[in-house]
Amino acid sequence: MAHATDTTGTEPTRRDFLMLTTGAFGAVGVGALVVPLVSQLAPDAQVVAAGAPIDLDLAPIAEGQAIKLFWRGKLIFVRNRTKKEIDEALAVDIATLRDPQTDQQRTKAGHEKYLVVYGSCTHLGCVPLGSSPGEPKGEFDGWFCPCHGSHYDSSGRIRKGPAPLNLPVPPYAFTADTKIKIG
Amino acid sequence: MSGHSSYQPKTGIERWLDARLPIVRLMHDSAVSYPVPRNLNLLWTFGGILVFMLVAQIVTGVILAMHYTPNATMAFNSVEHIMRDVNFGWLLRYLHSNGASMFFVAVYIHIFRGLYYGSYKAPREVLWILGVIIFLLMMATAFMGYVLPWGQMSFWGATVITNLFSALPVIGETIVTFLWGGYSVDNPTLNRFFSLHFLLPFMIAGVVVLHIWALHHVGQNNPTGVEVKDVKKDTVPFTPYATIKDLFGMVCFMLVFAWFVFYQPNFMGHADNYIPANPASTPAHIVPEWYFLPFYAILRAIPDKLGGVIAMGGAIVILAFLPWIDTSKVKSMTYRPIARQFFWMFVLVCIGLGYLGAMPADEPYVTLSRILTVLYFGFFLALALIGIFERPAQLPTSIADSVLGGSGARLGHATASEPQAKG
Ligand code: HEM
Ligand code: FES
Repeated sequence: MAHATDTTGTEPTRRDFLMLTTGAFGAVGVGALVVPLVSQLAPDAQVVAAGAPIDLDLAPIAEGQAIKLFWRGKLIFVRNRTKKEIDEALAVDIATLRDPQTDQQRTKAGHEKYLVVYGSCTHLGCVPLGSSPGEPKGEFDGWFCPCHGSHYDSSGRIRKGPAPLNLPVPPYAFTADTKIKIG
Repeated sequence: MSGHSSYQPKTGIERWLDARLPIVRLMHDSAVSYPVPRNLNLLWTFGGILVFMLVAQIVTGVILAMHYTPNATMAFNSVEHIMRDVNFGWLLRYLHSNGASMFFVAVYIHIFRGLYYGSYKAPREVLWILGVIIFLLMMATAFMGYVLPWGQMSFWGATVITNLFSALPVIGETIVTFLWGGYSVDNPTLNRFFSLHFLLPFMIAGVVVLHIWALHHVGQNNPTGVEVKDVKKDTVPFTPYATIKDLFGMVCFMLVFAWFVFYQPNFMGHADNYIPANPASTPAHIVPEWYFLPFYAILRAIPDKLGGVIAMGGAIVILAFLPWIDTSKVKSMTYRPIARQFFWMFVLVCIGLGYLGAMPADEPYVTLSRILTVLYFGFFLALALIGIFERPAQLPTSIADSVLGGSGARLGHATASEPQAKG
């Protein structure tokens, strides 16, 4: 046998073949094991199921007011905007925006009064102030994040501060004139 | 430094064990006969203090875990239950929470000691890098521990810090979802953080073993930075000399620790963390624990999300490269007239960043943080450049000469008068 292994370099031996196949099987096995180890970290079935759509009646939200609610464990702001706030949002030249989006892209046609956005700052996830009466709304009549000073406008778009993106709009649709379904 | 073992098993049982598992020999060689430079000052007691703190955190932590409930609806109340109902629960929790702070006090002194005396230079690079790894693990452990009481600061600290990963392009959002186990910080997050908070200290203990192994292989540095030349003249045995001095340092440290625990147990914490976590409202002013403040200030100084995260990570990682950044062959700052001044400036910059990290994100703090961030990294650039032209003071010929003022060691004068050095 010693003789057989000495001849490596000329032709692969049976031992080389066994080494390679064993190694390959081992590598595939370890790789397969990593999948469950990592995948268990992802949101589990229960967490995902909690993301079922919810219905919301917008009628009780007075003009100029905003409410907070949770969907999939995430905070959502629903704001009934004043005429002034809507006009300000429309007047912005979107070429000047960090994350260019028109107000129309962020609201539903015919329902421009209502703005529905996620209530977590796109910087590092704090809750921006400005939904409840008396809270600072920032320099652009929207929201102000107290953590590191991001200002969002009345369309929820980032205007100043470290946050890179606009407050995202969750998936929702109007089911009646003042009723929406989120999710 | 690992010379010949001087262990002499005396009894038959000791000889029997020594032939089978030489564990007593190992302990004798590393904690009794191990030679330490005779000129070590009190700053060298912090290694022992750190080992003590790690053990203290593990003992109090394992006990807390017996009474704590890692569930988002019960965690806050279980910590209050520890405080009010469990016998001496208040003491164990205060020892653990203040212990974390004292652990960082000790590690920062230990790191600055290494910086001043050039302990990161050859042949101690691996020893130093293991230290940086321990520091990183400590930060992860303390961060996850702080989440466990599930107060407002726990929750929002966890939100902000985990969101740092969302700055990474492409995969960032997925990583954050996988960290949370959901779409926001919630019960799954708390559960996994508890599991990891329990595990990491034992990993730290493992790296500490490697750290001490590396230390005992290359030998300790000392205030002159001159390597041991003659073991007989330059060193003294670990026991009794270092053992007693380490114990003395530890007792002094414990006095400070006990003062905090018994008189100011919440001084280093935040009142907001006694309000249960509320995912609908962020506290007006969120700040991390004091030991993260300098890095937090660097994060906020950069007006770009990804840039801020890179700068903050870089501020820690750059330490690992120090052995190759510093171009000077002279270890101890005592003999480096220019670098020494930069060192003290660096200490002030770090303290300044710590102060700014606790301030709101307004002017003038933002501009000041930017200036100090530049100075922080500037220190490393300075170390790279100074080594090229600086003319160091003359080094003592040996450790023994610097202490005993032996022949031809006149220039070692300044350090020769260290009172503790008489060993
Ligand atoms: C490197 C060592 C450790 C550090 C730096 C550390 C740090 C911390 C910190 C900062 C807290 C929050 C304290 C508070 O504000 O209430 C904490 C809590 C906790 N730690 Fe640790 N810890 C360490 C080791 C351990 C170990 C080994 C265990 C268990 C085996 C443990 C179990 C706990 C538990 C159950 C809590 C929640 C109770 C409480 O908040 O007081 N810790 N830890
Ligand atoms: S989290 Fe809102 S500005 Fe940083």
